[in-house]
Amino acid sequence: MVDTSVCLCGMKLENPVIPASGTFGYGAEFAELYDINILGTFSFKGTTKQARFGNPTPRIAECSAGMLNSVGLQNPGVDEVCEKILPAMKKYFKKPVMANIGGFSVEEYVYCCEKVSQAENVGLVELNISCPNVHGGGMSFGTSPEEAARVTAAVRKVCKKPLIVKLSPNVTDIAAIAKACEDAGADGVSLINTLLGMRIDIKKRRPVLANKKGGFSGDAVFPVALRMVYEVYEAVKIPVIGMGGVSSADGVIEMMMAGASAVEIGSANLVDPFICKKIIEALPGRMEALGIARLADIIGAAH
Amino acid sequence: MQQALYTVAENQKIADGIYKMTLLGDTSGFSAPGQFVNVKLDGFYLRRPISVCHYNSNTLTLIYKVVGGGTDAMSKIARGASIDLLTGLGNGFDLSASGDSPLIVGGGVGVPPLYRLCRDLFAQGKRPTVILGFNSEKDMFYIDEFARVAYDVRVVTADGSFGDKGLVTDVMHTISGYSYFYACGPVPMLKAVCRMADTDGQISLEERMGCGFGACMGCSVETAAGAKRVCKDGPVFTKEALKW
Repeated sequence: MVDTSVCLCGMKLENPVIPASGTFGYGAEFAELYDINILGTFSFKGTTKQARFGNPTPRIAECSAGMLNSVGLQNPGVDEVCEKILPAMKKYFKKPVMANIGGFSVEEYVYCCEKVSQAENVGLVELNISCPNVHGGGMSFGTSPEEAARVTAAVRKVCKKPLIVKLSPNVTDIAAIAKACEDAGADGVSLINTLLGMRIDIKKRRPVLANKKGGFSGDAVFPVALRMVYEVYEAVKIPVIGMGGVSSADGVIEMMMAGASAVEIGSANLVDPFICKKIIEALPGRMEALGIARLADIIGAAH
Repeated sequence: MQQALYTVAENQKIADGIYKMTLLGDTSGFSAPGQFVNVKLDGFYLRRPISVCHYNSNTLTLIYKVVGGGTDAMSKIARGASIDLLTGLGNGFDLSASGDSPLIVGGGVGVPPLYRLCRDLFAQGKRPTVILGFNSEKDMFYIDEFARVAYDVRVVTADGSFGDKGLVTDVMHTISGYSYFYACGPVPMLKAVCRMADTDGQISLEERMGCGFGACMGCSVETAAGAKRVCKDGPVFTKEALKW
């Protein structure tokens, strides 16, 4: 009998599989398909202080082995999430959830993280300083070590749960930013958010996305994500959550060998709504075949 | 929503760039006309959302237009092939609001989901009047099929090559006394239909989708009640909800 459990910032997860923010809503649509309590946990849709519609449509585009999105943090606002969505979530998800928080100013991040981290069923807070689809905030905090440290330190003071900072790959040195977050008090880092990209409709001679640019994700980004997880693992002592193009049990294992303590599954949920269930069911068999008794033992094994 | 494998029984061209695909498989996921499926295609990352024209106990009919690489690949799938669909997606049309003589307005590739609607209304003893608009005679499809399940069918083409010349609204303004309306087609047509309509009605929208089942919020639309997902909260919305 193999052991798929991992420990993440003091929280024991039955397995390392975590649906990524923005690809799993608040879990309700997936709870209609399978018992989502089999998940390690999940990261819910990025939430901001005010309700947001996001960017104009079209905000989805096809790419080779991946996709672009320019949703732009559509969400009902942190008050509605805390007052309605999180209490309702308890009915279909019994485990502590990961709350993903976006923002446009340090004050906004502080307000949202303080509020959401007090919710009983929030176990971890994922601070999104890497959304490429909003202006005047989001990724601008995630592209300089100083700004990343400033927002991390401010949020750390008020956040009642372990704080994981979600990093942008659209930088020269992601390890330096991860280190700055660790020094500012982050309990973990997660990476990668989407890579900034675009497509052009060659018949219309115009960008496909109404917002012109968007975040690239899907199978194609896996090697880039894996390399960044590998680099960040060497730079920090706090746990690293790996994500980016993972869509199989082998991908989860590979990401963990690069240094991930847990692995988020993103775009693959949109193409195959059962993918996380399939990965969780496939993990023990793949572990046995690879001679892995405890999944936690392989974290960083490739170093 | 269900995920299921279907067998392609037929996949043939029925008009210029328009294909009809008949599939065999489990249709228990469908509960109303106007729902859609999300089709997995080899070599493409995202699924392709396609409206359902008709379904019965074990067959599903999709009519789709080739608009890009994905639908072009779909048009080349051979009979006997197996394809992976997410089925029973979205909220379809609400037939209970129709009244005795509803008006059904379809434009181009917006026509297919209205077929099952019209058929069901007709089976309930309602007297649906149908206006179908196409660019040209070569783009037309399903006129005879509609004629068998409607009180009256009016066809309009933009170039006048068949039926009346003009737009669906040119025919619509000559029709009065309808009890309700249902429409599907390009957004400018839908907005014009809503402005002209004397009654309440329902509109089916199309949008680029990521997942098709409400997870990614890629396809949202502003409504009177805030942001709604076309895939999960729609694709059918009331005229009132869209503020059109």
